[in-house]
Amino acid sequence: MKKSKWRFWLFLLPAFISFAVVVLIPMLIGFFYAFTDWNGIVGSGIDFVGVRNFIDIFTRDDSFLHAFGFTASFSICAVILVNLVGFLLALLVTQQFKGATLLRGIFFMPNLIGGLLLGFTWQFIFVSIFEALSKSTGWSFLSGWLSNPETGFIGLLILTVWQLSGYMMIVYIAQIQQIPESVKEAARIDGANGWEMLKGIILPLMMPAFTIGLFLSISNSFKMFDQNLALTQGGPYKSTEMLALNIYNSAFGANEFGFAQAKAIVFMILVAAIGVTQLVITKKKEVEM
Amino acid sequence: MKMEAKRKDGKRARKIAYTLTGILLGCLFLFPIYILVLNSFKNTKGIFTDVIGFPDASTFTSENYPNAFEALDYIRSFGNSLWITVISTLLILLISSMAAWVLVRYKTKTSKFIFLLFAAAMLIPFQCVMLPLVGFASRIHLMNPAGLVFMYMGFGTSMAIVMFHGFIKNIPEELEEAATIDGCNSVQLFFIIVIPLMRTILVTVAVLNVMWIWNDYLLPSLIINKVGWQTLPLKTYLFFGQFAKRWDLASSGLIMCMIPIVIFYLFCQKYIVKGITDGAIK
Repeated sequence: MKKSKWRFWLFLLPAFISFAVVVLIPMLIGFFYAFTDWNGIVGSGIDFVGVRNFIDIFTRDDSFLHAFGFTASFSICAVILVNLVGFLLALLVTQQFKGATLLRGIFFMPNLIGGLLLGFTWQFIFVSIFEALSKSTGWSFLSGWLSNPETGFIGLLILTVWQLSGYMMIVYIAQIQQIPESVKEAARIDGANGWEMLKGIILPLMMPAFTIGLFLSISNSFKMFDQNLALTQGGPYKSTEMLALNIYNSAFGANEFGFAQAKAIVFMILVAAIGVTQLVITKKKEVEM
Repeated sequence: MKMEAKRKDGKRARKIAYTLTGILLGCLFLFPIYILVLNSFKNTKGIFTDVIGFPDASTFTSENYPNAFEALDYIRSFGNSLWITVISTLLILLISSMAAWVLVRYKTKTSKFIFLLFAAAMLIPFQCVMLPLVGFASRIHLMNPAGLVFMYMGFGTSMAIVMFHGFIKNIPEELEEAATIDGCNSVQLFFIIVIPLMRTILVTVAVLNVMWIWNDYLLPSLIINKVGWQTLPLKTYLFFGQFAKRWDLASSGLIMCMIPIVIFYLFCQKYIVKGITDGAIK
């Protein structure tokens, strides 16, 4: 077939132009800005400051390092809980009983609601409902939620589990349904009980889905912004500020756009490292299978 | 016989256990929504005195919804969200399917490089381009809803192209060759032959984009600076700043913002679940 060059470019250009204007060019400009004292105010000068912004991340302003620590420990906890709960939910709703389909819908629904709405909703639960429960039951641990770093951390964790475990459930259901009925039947005839079945058959065959679930939840929690903004706004005193919010506040709170851009580039390297690790592990798994 | 009966009993007991666990967990998952609905029918005094119980005669009110409806400028914010989401999604589907098609069918070095560029861009977090983008968007008149749609096209096209690319690769080229011999030109070829074959993947990508754009807060918050242009998430955020601690209005406002997405889910459940599964595995 005759393939003309103009057809290639004609079909490619609309996507490429919007992509270049919105992603590629800002990306390149961003690399330049990271080495300047840009303050985001139109009309004020921009001076080249070398690698000062990158040094500042580790010396002048420790909020980014703190945000990294918070984000990392949050992500680890979130990844474990979200996948564990998601897997257990998937096991439950793939059993045959009345209402299993309805339950699937209920577990999955929080996922569709935007992070902002979820954040505000849970703020209400933690602040008003928990306080009221604390008064009526006398349990002091339900009082004063989101007013200290610990409850802020756990609060974000609860919100994330509530939101994402239904998503992981969907991923795991797809995998569970691919396990052939004949394999399970054979194990049953051999007298395997529920636990042996889970350990010997279901878990090993679930491995590809676990890889997907693991990295989906890592990148989701590592890049979290809306929920953080709506639930705690990073408070009290920036103690629950995650990386994305920290970058945002550096720019729009402190007007240090150049500094924020340097943070954003470090953030990108972290995210890319996770992404590449994912690719390597997934490829390795595919070879083994 | 006895064994058989025992087995049946065990099966029934298990079913009951599953059902009970299911009901318990279902209630736990629905609890936040339930609490919101409950309090959206109370006045401020009712929320203050008893936040968990049902509203009674002195605390019940049906005023919250009309008030929040007005404060959110609901019809306009909903309309803005709707047209921005729909137009952006349609344009993403159009430009990305066009691009993915030629990227698959032309096996040149340029083609491979450009595809790699789109795929690699999926790793770039939004925070990394947000500041320079806002910096020059004001200079080239993109700080408006049309500019916002254009930005969604740019941000959405990477993932869409990667997913379309994987799909088109598996469509045999013979069909297109035959149509060319029959006198189809490129445009006819694409819209009459290729697009209908892509139906399933188009729906999947559409669902993923609708959910992203409808719920997106950060990008519109940076781009939209005029009251009449605000989308629903944007209005919700400002609404919260304005009515902090006014949970009578906030709870009903939140419920009203959740309703459209729940309706969308009820109608497109099958496609959403499929979209999520396919999107996750890719």
